[in-house]
Amino acid sequence: MNEILEITLRSLLVSGSATLLAALFGLPLGIWLGARARPQRLAASLLYAGMGLPPVVVGLLFYFLLSRSGPLGSLGLLYSIPGMVLAESVLAFPLIAGFAMAGVAAKAEPVRRLVKSLGGSELQVHLTLLAESRRVVVAALAAGFGAVISEVGAVTIVGGDIRHATRVLTTAVVIETRKGELERAAALGVVLLGVTLLVTAILVVFGDREAP
Amino acid sequence: MIAAQNLEKRFPGFLLRVPRLRAEPGEILALLGPSGAGKSTLLMLLAGLLPPDAGRVERTGPAVYLDQQPYLLERSVLENAAFGLRLKGVPRARARRAALSWLSRVGLEALAERPARGLSGGERVRLALARALATEPKSLLLDEPTANLDPANVARVEALIGEERHRGRAIVLVTHNLFQAKRLADRALFLLAGEVVEEGPAPAFFEAPKDPRTRAFLSGEMVW
Repeated sequence: MNEILEITLRSLLVSGSATLLAALFGLPLGIWLGARARPQRLAASLLYAGMGLPPVVVGLLFYFLLSRSGPLGSLGLLYSIPGMVLAESVLAFPLIAGFAMAGVAAKAEPVRRLVKSLGGSELQVHLTLLAESRRVVVAALAAGFGAVISEVGAVTIVGGDIRHATRVLTTAVVIETRKGELERAAALGVVLLGVTLLVTAILVVFGDREAP
Repeated sequence: MIAAQNLEKRFPGFLLRVPRLRAEPGEILALLGPSGAGKSTLLMLLAGLLPPDAGRVERTGPAVYLDQQPYLLERSVLENAAFGLRLKGVPRARARRAALSWLSRVGLEALAERPARGLSGGERVRLALARALATEPKSLLLDEPTANLDPANVARVEALIGEERHRGRAIVLVTHNLFQAKRLADRALFLLAGEVVEEGPAPAFFEAPKDPRTRAFLSGEMVW
């Protein structure tokens, strides 16, 4: 298989899986926090702080955890795709949860007031809020995906940038630039941009669909 | 009918106290007062959106509250108008038919399939009114429904409110527009810093107010 295609597919696999894993926990948490009548300041502060997590620090943390002498060393996940997915999902989690929380919080009160004023139940408040939050969910997913697909520090440390095994678009751009293969590096960069734009566009189209 | 007795609501540094309030079917009660007097809080207490600290609210039948800036769902105009009925479990097709007839009443049927978020200020208020009225409430609680609207839309919304009075709904209307209150209200209540200063039939309230603070307010003096 063409190596650029192979690297692109691997990037999509790692970033997509990490985004989905982070969304699995981040979206319910963010929506729950945002929908609460009283803001949870500590949780919000932690999430916002987590948005600025340095990828190399997360990579290093996972290196310690997954290395042979580390507490999770027996799993054999260092320099593997599952290990990269785990590290990337930690980076995406606060972004997804934080964006979801902020977006839902902005709508929670007007939606609650509308549903209650029309005689709706608490369950209907939450269902309406969920339906009204789809653009927020899309923004959260796009932010999470964008952050992990363009990230280089954690995937390099945890994945090791092994050719035909863990090399992804960002680490490939770095390695090709170092080798002086600037045309190849530029081509990989264009592919990276294209993939990011395409996935974001798909998410936006999905978010713009009218609620049933 | 919507009525309240010995209603109290406390916030830090503010106490709203309303000994008595009543709007009969086919009657418009205007709530007047400067900003921060407690008008919107009183309306939300009447709607059941805020729990009172003391006193009670009586409603014969459902009451619908219309926000100052009504929230429109990210759906079509028609789906917004049908939303209240859908909440009550009315099947989608029936809710849409009923909603369409209300949209026609407020002059928005041509925009039924458009996204609601693209409507102008006046259209938004009319849609929110259609959505509220589609649920056939006995009482309407309107919080400055014509704020920031141009005269043509003000006239249109006022005409709708007047029609609903004739259909027998009890209407409580918060407004800063004294001319509007004079045009529409059957009764008026003046709130100042959480206290009811004066309440009575509109003609007497506007022509011969008893309290000097009401006189000052109606003559355009700054009172708070």
